[in-house]
Amino acid sequence: MVKIIEKEQIVPNIHCCVVESPEIAQKVLPGQFVIVIPDEYCERIPITISDWDAVKGTVTIIFLEVGTTTQRLAELKAGDEIYSFTGPLGKPFEIDNYGTVALVGGCYGIGSIYSVLRALKEKGNKVVVYSEARSKFLLYWNKKLEEIADEVRYSTVDGSIGTKGHSHDRLEADLKAGTMYNRVIGIGCTYMMYLISQATRPYRIKTIVSMNTVMIDGTGMCGACRLVVDGKTKFACVDGPHFDGHLIDWDIVLSRRKIYLEEEILSQERQ
Amino acid sequence: MAKSSPKKTPMREQPPKERIKNYNEVPFGYSPEEAVIEAERCIKCKKPSCIEGCPVEIDIQGFIALIAEKKFKEGISLLKKKNILPALSGRVCPQETQCEQKCVLGVKNEPVAIGRLERFLADWEREKGEIEVPPIPEWTGKKVAVVGSGPSGITVAADLAQTGHKVDLFEALHQPGGVLTYGIPEFRLPKAIVLKEIDSLKKMGVNIYLNSVIGQIKSLNELLKEYDAVFLGTGAGLPWFLEVPGENLNGIYSSNEYLTRSNLMKAYLFPKYKTPVIKGKRVATVGGGNVAMDCARTALRLGAEKSIIIYRRSRTEMPARSEEVHHAEEEGVIFQFLSNPCAFIGDKNNWVREVECVRMKLGDPDASGRRKPVPIPDANFRMPIDLAIIAIGNSPNPLIPSTTPELQLNKNTSVVINPANGRTSIKGVFAGGDIVRGGATVILAMGDGRIASKGINEYLQTGIW
Ligand SMILES: Cc1cc2nc3c(=O)[nH]c(=O)nc-3n(C[C@H](O)[C@H](O)[C@H](O)COP(=O)(O)OP(=O)(O)OC[C@H]3O[C@@H](n4cnc5c(N)ncnc54)[C@H](O)[C@@H]3O)c2cc1C
Ligand SMILES: Cc1cc2nc3c(=O)[nH]c(=O)nc-3n(C[C@H](O)[C@H](O)[C@H](O)COP(=O)(O)OP(=O)(O)OC[C@H]3O[C@@H](n4cnc5c(N)ncnc54)[C@H](O)[C@@H]3O)c2cc1C
Ligand code: SF4
Ligand code: FES
Repeated sequence: MVKIIEKEQIVPNIHCCVVESPEIAQKVLPGQFVIVIPDEYCERIPITISDWDAVKGTVTIIFLEVGTTTQRLAELKAGDEIYSFTGPLGKPFEIDNYGTVALVGGCYGIGSIYSVLRALKEKGNKVVVYSEARSKFLLYWNKKLEEIADEVRYSTVDGSIGTKGHSHDRLEADLKAGTMYNRVIGIGCTYMMYLISQATRPYRIKTIVSMNTVMIDGTGMCGACRLVVDGKTKFACVDGPHFDGHLIDWDIVLSRRKIYLEEEILSQERQ
Repeated sequence: MAKSSPKKTPMREQPPKERIKNYNEVPFGYSPEEAVIEAERCIKCKKPSCIEGCPVEIDIQGFIALIAEKKFKEGISLLKKKNILPALSGRVCPQETQCEQKCVLGVKNEPVAIGRLERFLADWEREKGEIEVPPIPEWTGKKVAVVGSGPSGITVAADLAQTGHKVDLFEALHQPGGVLTYGIPEFRLPKAIVLKEIDSLKKMGVNIYLNSVIGQIKSLNELLKEYDAVFLGTGAGLPWFLEVPGENLNGIYSSNEYLTRSNLMKAYLFPKYKTPVIKGKRVATVGGGNVAMDCARTALRLGAEKSIIIYRRSRTEMPARSEEVHHAEEEGVIFQFLSNPCAFIGDKNNWVREVECVRMKLGDPDASGRRKPVPIPDANFRMPIDLAIIAIGNSPNPLIPSTTPELQLNKNTSVVINPANGRTSIKGVFAGGDIVRGGATVILAMGDGRIASKGINEYLQTGIW
């Protein structure tokens, strides 16, 4: 059981939740996640740790309401307890001085890239953040990102801020225009990560994405999270969740994730 | 004394047609009268060979004699001296290759039903109410961390608490019990029994920390700074796949995923519990062990019209307990022997629709002593299925070894120990159960726990490694 300290719907359908978990706050590294069970009856679901405060002993998660379990989590309020909260899980992001890095976030991924951004900056990288949503009012943490990033480039589907379209379109256009990145990192919906990997492939820029496969235990026991990377079966929960987007067998990933899923999520956002 | 029967006293159980519609335990257990009748079959051999067949050397003849005298309380105490989890071992031990195989009555007739009698005593004690918790001596000043709450971890925690050490038990999942909780289904091992054992641990003062993945929240080396000794009982949780084409189609589970969804996450009570599980109509389970039997029988209870076991050898080589095979057959599980899947075929939405198998014949015995399956060329065949479960085995959980390079491993997977005391290659660290053996048995895990707890006591007393 962990206690919720703060809970807020930061934009429609996306919630930010700060929980008390001193041990995880002490231990977590950028890119790691927790497995959450909101109440006894719910599923075990993986959520990235977006931010933390080792001194206060709190960790922050950002989640998109998509189905039963995330809806149940969204119903909980400050002061309530979360039935089970396990982490930090997965391997942390590999962080080094790469030079110039493009860091792309969409949906819950805008939150997930925050700690990666911080770590990349600490290592002396120049970081350009790409943040995307359907519309301006669905973007969040803009200030938090702008404060640290060298630049934040926005894309919205309706063009209400930044360029019209998706961030992979913008990234692709920037690459075409001659922008050079030493590394690209993307976190968000499966399809977005797939498209980013496609966009950077011709330029042979190492591209790391954070796979959000279905998970149960998160300890390498069930194989639900399996995917094929470079011809080998990998378990996202323990071997990842960060993999080279150019080596992932995307056909398997997209079919295991159900390819129309993004539509489902987007249709919820539109309401 | 009435003339005893050549056969085991039968145990009443739910009829097959009824039980495949529920998740309740299949056999009901002996009544005290039945237990006494069965106990009286024991001829009290001068040199009882059954004990040799028992990995933890229970005084079998002794506790059976006490049942025959209706001294159940004394019986359970004697049993628990060697086996702290008789309610479990009585239900899940492969008695036919252990104690009962050695029972002399078995030469001409059926052996004494040792497993059922163990179960009887344990159930008698539990149903009567209070399970006696032995008195806990004063704190020795030593602290021990136990990692994993399966049978090996439970044994070590109980033994060390009873010696007076302070024990903290860490479990990765949100429920304790290891495979007993997430793997073995309710209809074979009711979870209330497992929880009772965990309750006893708590009564002995053991602190149980759930949701704690060692290697992530704390490394082994960090534990060693906080504790005087550490026991690793993290089991064999890494599922094997067949590595054949089509295995990543939708509708193909590892046995761990299938059983974890249905047992730990209670998908059989969906939608009250929110975790879904695919309910196939034609379900193929690949493998021939207890795990495969559990999957195939779970599939029936989840509404499968056909539940098929695909096994590459023949019936005699199947490693499952004979009772499990018998129950599976009674319930209508279909056995496709001498067949090995070589591909899964999907539809346009990537859902599995067919399995292609190679036909096998039996060749010469292999290293395990079982006859080796050899493929027959050009004899492949296909079967329509809509769900496949791969139950061909597991390797030791790699999480702690991979975060602890100093820990010596065998064949890159299992933790190496000194079998005499459970010591690993790291000072203060002990291990046992499936993390050492690969997928083995509950009783061997318990036995390892016993040895390790002795080893830990000795180390904590002497400080010598
Ligand atoms: C390592 C990792 C980190 C993640 N981090 C975050 C995070 O920080 N914030 C966040 O909101 N989500 C994150 N996810 C995704 C999150 O786990 C899922 O959204 C969640 O499991 C959905 O549960 P549900 O019961 O609410 O929805 P379900 O009822 O399970 O599903 C509802 C709909 O969402 C789809 N869906 C299910 N799982 C996912 C998924 N993993 N990704 C996208 N769609 C899914 C389903 O196919 C279905 O269409 C992460 C996933 C992984 C593996
Ligand atoms: C479906 C199934 C049916 C079986 N049927 C039988 C049977 O009929 N008879 C029989 O004798 N045996 C049977 N077995 C085998 C038996 O269950 C195992 O041999 C036994 O449970 C092993 O015990 P263990 O103590 O080594 O660990 P396990 O029972 O495997 O438990 C290990 C525990 O450690 C936890 N853990 C793992 N990693 C970490 C970590 N890093 N940090 C914290 N915790 C961790 C796991 O979550 C788990 O709870 C069966 C196994 C399965 C899967
Ligand atoms: S071998 Fe059989 S008959 Fe002999 S003591 Fe053991 S249980 Fe009794
Ligand atoms: S979530 Fe079970 S193995 Fe990764």
